[in-house]
Amino acid sequence: MAIGAPKIKSIGAAQSPLLGAAMFGPAVLYIVLVIGAPFVLAVFYAFSDARIGSSGLHFVGLENFRSILQSPSFRTALKNSIVFTVCAQAIVVVCSGTLSIALEKPFRGRGLVRFLILLPWVAPVSLGSIGWKWILDSIYSVITWVLVWLHFFKPYNTPMWLGEPHLAMASVILVHCWRLIPFSTVVMLAGRTAIPKEIPEAAAIDGAGFWRTLFQINLPMMLPIINVAVLFGTIFTFTDMTVVYILTAGGPFDSTQTLPSLAFATGIQGSDLAAGAAISLFLVPVLVLIAYLMLRMAHRAEVV
Amino acid sequence: MAVVETRNLTKVFKQGELGAVNNVNLKTREGEFLVFLGPSGSGKTTLLRMIAGLEMPTAGEILIGDQVVNHLAPRERRIAMVFQSYALYPHLSVYKNIAFPLKAQKVKKELHKEKVEWAASLLGISSLLHRKPRELSGGERQRVALARAIVREPSVFLLDEPLSNLDAKLRLSAREELERFHRRIGTTTIYVTHDQVEAMAMGDRIVVLNKGVVHHFGTPKEVYDEPADTFVATFLGSPPMNLIENGDVIVGFRPEHFRLSETLDEAKVTFKFHVENVEYLGAEYILSGSLLGGRFEGKEVIARLLLGHAYEPGTTYEFAVPERHLKFFDRSTEKRVEARALTWQ
Repeated sequence: MAIGAPKIKSIGAAQSPLLGAAMFGPAVLYIVLVIGAPFVLAVFYAFSDARIGSSGLHFVGLENFRSILQSPSFRTALKNSIVFTVCAQAIVVVCSGTLSIALEKPFRGRGLVRFLILLPWVAPVSLGSIGWKWILDSIYSVITWVLVWLHFFKPYNTPMWLGEPHLAMASVILVHCWRLIPFSTVVMLAGRTAIPKEIPEAAAIDGAGFWRTLFQINLPMMLPIINVAVLFGTIFTFTDMTVVYILTAGGPFDSTQTLPSLAFATGIQGSDLAAGAAISLFLVPVLVLIAYLMLRMAHRAEVV
Repeated sequence: MAVVETRNLTKVFKQGELGAVNNVNLKTREGEFLVFLGPSGSGKTTLLRMIAGLEMPTAGEILIGDQVVNHLAPRERRIAMVFQSYALYPHLSVYKNIAFPLKAQKVKKELHKEKVEWAASLLGISSLLHRKPRELSGGERQRVALARAIVREPSVFLLDEPLSNLDAKLRLSAREELERFHRRIGTTTIYVTHDQVEAMAMGDRIVVLNKGVVHHFGTPKEVYDEPADTFVATFLGSPPMNLIENGDVIVGFRPEHFRLSETLDEAKVTFKFHVENVEYLGAEYILSGSLLGGRFEGKEVIARLLLGHAYEPGTTYEFAVPERHLKFFDRSTEKRVEARALTWQ
């Protein structure tokens, strides 16, 4: 007991409020400086007439929001953001779901395949996107070369992947999918391996074929983890501007302009800080909703 | 109903290694309750999974109802299986769990409700139909798993250690319930367990397996009284059979046949038994100690005696085994051999 006593005391010391605060501090500091301050600044700017290069700053109320809502490029960007997010997520869920089924059972070279699939996630977005910019280039596109070689297109009448509105949107969506699929696949693989193997076996004995087992047993059991993958993916997609910015910079004719890229174009490139801040604030309600759903799901997963 | 038969059934998981199941030949009888008994790793579950179609045999044939089913998917074998973990579908209600096989096998929808209710009432779970599996106790889950198995009226039941997740008290009542259930349904049933008491109590016949090989295939009485080799002799019975080497044979006798010499007036073999430990179990004593004198000096043996006489640890008694209860095994093959006259001193 004599030896034990000082130990107990030191545990008491570890629980002192000061140490707790010191341990907690860096996290709070990080959130306040990197997320909190810019957010407050953005809200502040959105109600002002801040411009790059102008020293005067006045409170203008909802003026910025009113003018944004009336601007056609904002409405296009909002629509594009929704199309971009919904399409990308739909493709990502189907592809990563399929991949997770394919990668579940061991086969020769599975480790290598898993590594290759993970690569796009590990590589920097900007590098990947620049690579894709070349792949989709109007003159040097390897895709076009291959399609011409296969006689799908005449050499003088090739598609302009990033130069025609619908094609450009499709290209941006597909490149974004290329980037998100690895993450989603890893999450789904984790979800699949969490299903005890007796359950699909029981389904097989009960008479269920592949599709019935997939849709009535495996997918419902994976639903919580699929939701996590989709919500994360939605956040990544809705707030992403790297892919759009590097591939098309929002063009042609705003056809790939999304809310983040429009905010950047207006606020930073167009010097209208106030308008840019106001545009980016439109992302908040959507993200708050997603955050709420995620917290609710995390809570439900704990209860189950 | 159907008969299950295996012919030279073998499963090798990794080439070059010893098989998990080796050359197993079995044939059930119509409506029989057959038990696969063995320690863990004996291949009993692998054997069951091959019959179910969840595992591909490396060699040999499986026949259900005189038809080779090796190439058939599990769902085409007309079998039902209850897993050790029950494998209930956690996101479906009890009703939907039981109805799943009907849906999957495209039974007419009008019949679902009637059949589910029939299965549920048979197992006394009619009041639980709206619950989710996580809201059920272990015993209730087992019944749901059984109800899901019988609802489609399979020709063979496969049960993989269905009682091992229940606590001791529940296990006994669940065992009786299973026995009654089998008598009522009369479907050929194969039951896997590592618990010899379950095997003895429930099995019409027992297949004793070790390292993928069938050591003995017979009724509980045959397996216990006339064990085919030393493995069976020591695996069944608690405490296990005493084995002592004598010349080129191993002689075995059950602890309950090892008694005070003066109480036996028949042909017997006597030993000096030095008792080292006495366990009082209420209805009986378990004495452990060693033999004294002669060739068997120091050999450890166990005796199981009914109450009536008090035994002191540290005391030496004159004990004996009736000759008719001695079992003889070949020393090199460990297989059972004919009884023979031996010198004992």
